[in-house]
Amino acid sequence: MTDESALLREPWIDFGRQLEAGKFGIWVFLASETLFFGALLLTYTVCRIEHPDAFAAAGRETNVWYGTINTAVLLTSSLTMAVAAQAAKESARLRRVVLAGLMITAMLGLAFIVIKGFEYKEDLDKHLVPGAGFALPQPGAQLFYGFYWLVTGVHAIHLSIGIALVSRLIWVLYRRELPAKDNPEIEVTALYWHLVDIVWIFLYPLIYLPGRAS
Amino acid sequence: MTDALLAGELPLPPRPDYLRHGSTIRSWLATTDHKRIAILYAVTITVFFFMGGAAITAVRLELFQPNGWLLTSDTYNKLFSFHGIIMVWFFLVPSIPNTFGNFLLPLMIGAPDVAFPRLNLFSWYLTIAAGAFTVYALVAGGVDTGWTFYTPYSSMFSNTHVFAAAAGVFVVGFASISTGVNFIATTHMLRAPGMTWFRLPLFVWAIYATSLIMVLATPVLAISLLLVIAERVLGLPIFDPARGGDPILFQHLFWFYSHPAVYIMVLPAMGVVSEIIPCFARRRIFGYDFMVYAMLAIAGIGFFVWGHHMFVSGQSALASLVFSFLSFIIAVPSAIKVFNWTASLYRGQISFESPMLYALGFVGLFTTGGLSGLFLASIPIDIHVTDTYFVVAHFHYIMVGGSVSAFFAGLHFWWPKVTGRLYPERWAKFAAILMYAGFNMTFLPQFFAGYLGMPRRYHTYPAEFQIYNVMSSAGAAVLALAYLLPLGYLTWSLFYGGKAARNPWSATGLEWTTSSPPPPKNFDRQPRVDRAPYDYHAEGVSAGTAPPEMQNARETR
Repeated sequence: MTDESALLREPWIDFGRQLEAGKFGIWVFLASETLFFGALLLTYTVCRIEHPDAFAAAGRETNVWYGTINTAVLLTSSLTMAVAAQAAKESARLRRVVLAGLMITAMLGLAFIVIKGFEYKEDLDKHLVPGAGFALPQPGAQLFYGFYWLVTGVHAIHLSIGIALVSRLIWVLYRRELPAKDNPEIEVTALYWHLVDIVWIFLYPLIYLPGRAS
Repeated sequence: MTDALLAGELPLPPRPDYLRHGSTIRSWLATTDHKRIAILYAVTITVFFFMGGAAITAVRLELFQPNGWLLTSDTYNKLFSFHGIIMVWFFLVPSIPNTFGNFLLPLMIGAPDVAFPRLNLFSWYLTIAAGAFTVYALVAGGVDTGWTFYTPYSSMFSNTHVFAAAAGVFVVGFASISTGVNFIATTHMLRAPGMTWFRLPLFVWAIYATSLIMVLATPVLAISLLLVIAERVLGLPIFDPARGGDPILFQHLFWFYSHPAVYIMVLPAMGVVSEIIPCFARRRIFGYDFMVYAMLAIAGIGFFVWGHHMFVSGQSALASLVFSFLSFIIAVPSAIKVFNWTASLYRGQISFESPMLYALGFVGLFTTGGLSGLFLASIPIDIHVTDTYFVVAHFHYIMVGGSVSAFFAGLHFWWPKVTGRLYPERWAKFAAILMYAGFNMTFLPQFFAGYLGMPRRYHTYPAEFQIYNVMSSAGAAVLALAYLLPLGYLTWSLFYGGKAARNPWSATGLEWTTSSPPPPKNFDRQPRVDRAPYDYHAEGVSAGTAPPEMQNARETR
């Protein structure tokens, strides 16, 4: 009970209700995020239907190794995030598990961004930035890379926000400002983290696999 | 206190209301009280309203003469663009939801606050930041794309401050989304005991339906503006036809948001009117269930009609046909609402206080706007009047005649609750009638000018259209006066107005059961609800014949 009173916020009088509202609110926000990325995926779809060959040629220029490793890194981070969230629900004695899970999650998130940075460096060296001096002759290929830079950038911003949220949680829990048991912020952060992960699961085949099947 | 004694309750010790709960600047700027945040929004959107109004005043002055006597073409373009951007995103979209919605939603459902009070305050700061971007765009030299930011002009050719303006709209979108999330969660999670979904006042339903649209449509606007910004700043080719891009794609993305946004602007207005008409007719709302279904239908179908903005953009004939059909379909729930408001008056004890005058004005003007929308939904007529003043008149009838009238209706109806003061009723009635007259003088001639072929967004025009433009500009002067009057007498009432009782209109609804102004946590006791809304008379009989102040069902039973 003492844990719950430390976590209770205005205007709630019942902690269970507050927890439920937090989860409900983040789901509504994730619905909004789905439309945000959905509009980008629509843009990609329209351009790819108009320029199928150029998209295949452009897709072959991406570095599938960086993409695949990053997919593995991000999926693993979702696992550790889920472990942390479940441990927080389970018992107050699992505080160390929660902290460890969150730390590994944040580090894997950082690893993703570092790997992405190496990949961006390589793309810049290969002149894959739309504009003058672009490496590929097909006009549609510039569209592919326009989408590529924008959507990976937006995804990286989302991931950075996720890392900041997880780091803040670690800080607050480590200093025992708030209890870990049933802390609504853990569950809410976890749901956001999983969305960023799921978005990447859509991006991976759209960016790295066109033109590689044959 | 006397009300409490009448209801058989023990008097409570005196406690400060939400306005006097703290008087430092910090107690306002760091508040998480939904009522204070509503006041912050009200002040903000009032400033934006008069900024947008000032811009269009210059435009109307210019149009007095057909030869462009006052402004250069560039300045003219910048002024109407600024007017559109400010009025759509910084006045109309936040107007009713963020002021009355914020103030009333928790009160109407019997809650102490919204679900996420800090997010609510954050949303206001986002609005301020976004407004700063947009005002910067004006001060730095303006933006000339129109409020629609059409590509490829906005992405490739305009050399005005598109970046700052688009960034402002992008940021205010996040304010919109967070408010929407907050209101949806509040409606789901914080209803008082006994407040079932079908006992919710229609205003709550309207805010709920609006929030759904805000949450699901605004992110698409964010993406379309992000793409424009990326194209300008980073040189991405998404909308550049020379590099394989598709400028029409922007219109699809933009209108996927901006058509539902029309319902963001008008659904809350419908909610306000649905509260006022029953109160001043002393009648239950006619067909409550259908009013709810109609609002949800408008919110849902609103997502599937965007193509009617693109009949002349080169989309396929089949697509135009489907969008035309769906646009006719969405008129059905709107018509249901108009018929139900009218039917609610039948056998009522109607009195014409100022909120009722504004509300009845809304019904007439919204109907006119809606019917002209049907003209535009039919492809042959639309092709004739596309980008003429007919379109301008149509959407101003919906947004100004509809939404702004309803905003003023709500402002007068809930003013005693919000401020605890009574305003001078004669002045209010005069302003309401003046606003109705001024509005029609301004926009009715534009239907004729548009039908005869006067295009929008030109500041020089053939002399034969001058008569319509002079009428319109003269009407705009009347309208401007009608907007300034409430600013005067409502401010006056803050200092010299009589003290308002908790329920000056003898209205039903939980917001009238608490004191005026309400205490910081809204209710001294947890409200419980055991009956349907609009309980102005026993079910199945017509309104009583006693004077309205005797008829409050809550008091007399």
